Amino acid sequence: MDLRYSDAEQAFRSSLRAWLATVLPDLPKKPSPEDWPGRRAYDTHWQRVLFDAGYAGVDWPVEGGGRGASPVEELIFKEELERAHAPYVGVNFVGLLHAGPTVIAEGTAGQRARFLPPILRGDEVWCQGFSEPNAGSDLASMRTRAVRDGDDYVVTGQKIWTSHAEVADYCELLVRTGSEDSRHRGISWLILPMDTPGVDIRPLHTIAGSTEFAELFLDEVRVPVANRVGEENDGWRVTMVTLSFERGTAFVGDLLEAIELLGASVELARRTGAWADPGTRRQAGHLKAELDALWALTKRNVSQAARTGIPGVGGTYFKLAYSEARHKLGEFSLGLLERAGLAAHDLEGIDGSGLLPAGTMVEDWLRGISLTIAAGTSQIQRNIVGERILGLPKEPQATAAGAKG
Amino acid sequence: MDFEVTGFQVELAEGIRRLCAGRFPLESIRAVESTDRVVDRAGWRELGEAGVFHLCLAEEAGGVGLGLAEAALVFEELGRALIPGPLVPSHLAAGLIDGADDGSVVVGLVERPVPGAVGTGVLPVIVEHLADLDVLLVLSADGIERFDPAALDATPLPRPLDPLTPVWSVTGLPAGEPVAGPEIAARWRRDGAVLTAACQVGMAQWACDLAVEYAKGRVQFGRPIGGFQAVKHLCADMAVRSEVARIAVQAAAVTVDQPDVGDADLAAAGAKLLADEAAVTNGRSCIQVHGGMGFTWEVPAHLAYKRARVLATRFGTADALAEELADSLAGA
Repeated sequence: MDLRYSDAEQAFRSSLRAWLATVLPDLPKKPSPEDWPGRRAYDTHWQRVLFDAGYAGVDWPVEGGGRGASPVEELIFKEELERAHAPYVGVNFVGLLHAGPTVIAEGTAGQRARFLPPILRGDEVWCQGFSEPNAGSDLASMRTRAVRDGDDYVVTGQKIWTSHAEVADYCELLVRTGSEDSRHRGISWLILPMDTPGVDIRPLHTIAGSTEFAELFLDEVRVPVANRVGEENDGWRVTMVTLSFERGTAFVGDLLEAIELLGASVELARRTGAWADPGTRRQAGHLKAELDALWALTKRNVSQAARTGIPGVGGTYFKLAYSEARHKLGEFSLGLLERAGLAAHDLEGIDGSGLLPAGTMVEDWLRGISLTIAAGTSQIQRNIVGERILGLPKEPQATAAGAKG
Repeated sequence: MDFEVTGFQVELAEGIRRLCAGRFPLESIRAVESTDRVVDRAGWRELGEAGVFHLCLAEEAGGVGLGLAEAALVFEELGRALIPGPLVPSHLAAGLIDGADDGSVVVGLVERPVPGAVGTGVLPVIVEHLADLDVLLVLSADGIERFDPAALDATPLPRPLDPLTPVWSVTGLPAGEPVAGPEIAARWRRDGAVLTAACQVGMAQWACDLAVEYAKGRVQFGRPIGGFQAVKHLCADMAVRSEVARIAVQAAAVTVDQPDVGDADLAAAGAKLLADEAAVTNGRSCIQVHGGMGFTWEVPAHLAYKRARVLATRFGTADALAEELADSLAGA
């Protein structure tokens, strides 16, 4: 167990830090959260800046056009970007973290040449069409149908939780090509151009008031068979391959942001006088212990990925513990704001001591509610821990008859 | 940076686990329940031979010269085996008290009440394992004092919470023979917190394993109860809690060994806080998973719960540790 960074790792960190210091001051002003074209422009510009400096696809293999960094360098990369308050991956999320890695692993040479470079350069944006209104935790029950017609698939169905759909050029789309009850054996992975006729996007308003997600309605949408990645009916495996790209760094930025939010909460508590209360201090101290442990767990998970190339069970442990710690942190900061937390808006302290960060804190608390839901609810995660790690008996599996019903 | 446990460290821990399973099976440990002497002196010397007490002692002083990281792995195993006795104090005392390092001398430790602190002057000092001790050390911010356990005015307390941790009440604690100064005392407080936390992680894991085993075998409504989400999720939470605490403890131990990577005192405080919580909560959940049987003396579920509560009172309580961490956040 060694927590010291090697000379090469430290050199990577210092040159990255130096580079960030030169480019960040020249970035354009951040667009408002609801200005989607503005957000696309901002995020893709940042991606281009990364590309020009050789930092695009830092975790992608070299043969996919990436930098081929080690998991530890990837950790350093994400850590330094967060600490420097560099732009978040934003609308490039699906392309860089899901679709691109899938095309690298499972795409044809032609698909790799066509789709990877524009993701790395920030020229093209992707979204994800996996979940359906009736296929959430039970994704294998999805019903969006693709019927072969000549050189095309004709796709009809509905997808949900499609982030950044409004500004995306392509969608990584899971469709049913097998029989109705084929579950994970009858799914295919398609590249859907978002400007294809029959694609209808309707934004979903989240409880945080944003339109982060959309519903995707697909009505006889024609997708070339050439856009299928992997074999027909093999899309479930193709998707799982992508998930194994995750090397324990998925939440690095979020975790460091949480540590920063804890610091801001303590500062607020000192301003309001709440810090004199032992209960407040102990909550803060406890949160520090939890977040520090999660940072150490991240380092363990990254170290395991570096050794074995595959993510261990630590990712599931991390997600369960982190999402709950984040809820607690949200409640803590909201409690400190008292009634100033009744609007998600920074407002002036009446003592003239400056702005109270109610905007960030309320917003963060609201967004944090999704953490125990998104990417596998905590209940599903506990099933995974219970069944796959502890070996407890499985939940009843959906049968063919059950899937039809 | 490679925070994975090394092959050597895994082997070390497995060796101790085998020693514990062979030499300290639960039946033999339980044979001395509710007596005033629970330390098996021959077993203690075997632990000494295995290096448990002199693991971190420099080689020129007759030790093994390993780091706290290795010691934390070893103490997790000792905790998992529920071995009774002052394991952490005897380890800390190696090199300071003759015979502690090879297990021929059993050393206990108690913290001197802090003047002006809540409870000081009202609550008596409670000493564990007094009848088993050859030497009692008293730890305070000023340093470490040595006492002859036999010379202490102490009253044995009936019905100790943990049947394997007999306790005595001491009303007055005179000044003892000074054997170490404030720097060593601070180091003991930090290392003692890490190693006690390691024991807690071992117990948290033991409680999780026992609950899972029971949930797989116990059938109700025609199914093993572990197939019901209500029970399965209790077990999953136990697994998450012990793993997060384990990582915190290992990170704290490595931070002690590699001071450049962080603040070792804070890492130790955070680790102890989470490990105490994991052991206590998992002990409680283990009883719950066992249902009515968990409330019986016979089923060992209560042992980890009770021991966890004993260890949670040592080297920093939850409130004190949380305050220490809070002070660091406020830049105090």
